[in-house]
Amino acid sequence: MTAEQDTRTVEETLLGFLEVKTKAKVGLDQDLFASGLVTSMFAMQLVVHLESEYGVAIVGSDLKLDNFRTVTTMAALVRRLRDESAVTEGV
Amino acid sequence: MANNPALVKCLVWDLDNTLWKGTLLEDGEVHLPEEVRDVVVELDSRGVLQSISSKNDSDLALARLRQFGLAEYFVLPKIGWGPKSDSVRAIADELKFALGTIAFIDDQPAERAEVAYHLPEVRCIPADEVLSVVDLPEFTPAAVTVDSRRRREMYQASFEREAEQAAFKGPDEDFLRSLDLVMRVDRADAEQLTRVEELTLRTSQMNATGVHYSDAVLRELMADPEHEVLVTTLTDRFGPHGAVGVMLVAKQDGLWHLKLLATSCRVVSFGVGAALLNWIADQAARAGVHLVADFRRTERNRMMEIAYRFAGFTEESCDCVARLGGDDGTQRLHLIPDRRPAPATMRVITPELTEA
Repeated sequence: MTAEQDTRTVEETLLGFLEVKTKAKVGLDQDLFASGLVTSMFAMQLVVHLESEYGVAIVGSDLKLDNFRTVTTMAALVRRLRDESAVTEGV
Repeated sequence: MANNPALVKCLVWDLDNTLWKGTLLEDGEVHLPEEVRDVVVELDSRGVLQSISSKNDSDLALARLRQFGLAEYFVLPKIGWGPKSDSVRAIADELKFALGTIAFIDDQPAERAEVAYHLPEVRCIPADEVLSVVDLPEFTPAAVTVDSRRRREMYQASFEREAEQAAFKGPDEDFLRSLDLVMRVDRADAEQLTRVEELTLRTSQMNATGVHYSDAVLRELMADPEHEVLVTTLTDRFGPHGAVGVMLVAKQDGLWHLKLLATSCRVVSFGVGAALLNWIADQAARAGVHLVADFRRTERNRMMEIAYRFAGFTEESCDCVARLGGDDGTQRLHLIPDRRPAPATMRVITPELTEA
């Protein structure tokens, strides 16, 4: 699987997850926090979803809102974290 | 403390010859002793919830309770013909209370034995002791707060809210908007202090430091002009949520130090934590000061760290953080605040912190 395909799969899974969680249709580049509403429950669910689904740890400065603003930014975050862990594990 | 029995959070009543005198389906007429009514009203005012487990005709029994003017005092009444242990367990489950915080009162030894057999943690009380329950320590909370007096009302509101949310077809955010949420922040006064203490004791997921502040310490801080003790309450069209948040801010030169932020786990789906952080950031921006927030990781408060991070707090170093000095195990999260708009999903009523 190429990196692009991989990212697309992450995006599709996220779109499905968000549709269930928010009971609304979500677009790839739709700002999830456009209305200014950030609930602690939703933020936590996003972080835990990405971590458990893709085996990454999202900590420290990676926890900033901008990384979670859209499906595209979240998929990019997952890709970067997986690349980084591949490098440190010498894969 | 160890010798005190755990507080009873809900008392489940039998009806015939327990709440009232007589057997509704046999005698037709039943009588409610005034002293028993007083017990119900007194427990309610202490924040002890009350429910019903009765083998009876549900419509008739509820109609009789309404005639006595008592129906609204009971949450989740279970009136039917099933085993009482089932209804007591269902009441505990629906309230999300541990069985050890439930008591059951009934005149029939066989019913008490049935409940005691299946649910040994539930405290079973014979009906002839009904007038003395108000004197028992397990029915006597240490402090009765504004919120405990309204606890039953808050539970009833939350049942209605949950039912409506389950039936709501649109997006969650639209449901939140439909609630007409009003978040209010106030400088704590003496009466609100008990609510603050209760909150710091009850919160764990959304407590930034896990530190408990006692009434005495909070009282001192309240009197100190350099500290702000802020209490947040939330209301919506279903009724009050009560006190849902507390914030402790030390105002220093060029820096506001957020020593504590704790919000109730009942409101993590309402955006209260983020709204509070946004508001304090906006206030700090107007005052031209930086914000530094204490965060101490516990096993359960990751949600609070995410709330801080999503609000823009970082670990970046700054002179103002250095000035505060070190504190073992406590992280200092820093924010150079900007002006922020009020949230679109709730109305916010707040004090002006920039005026002393």
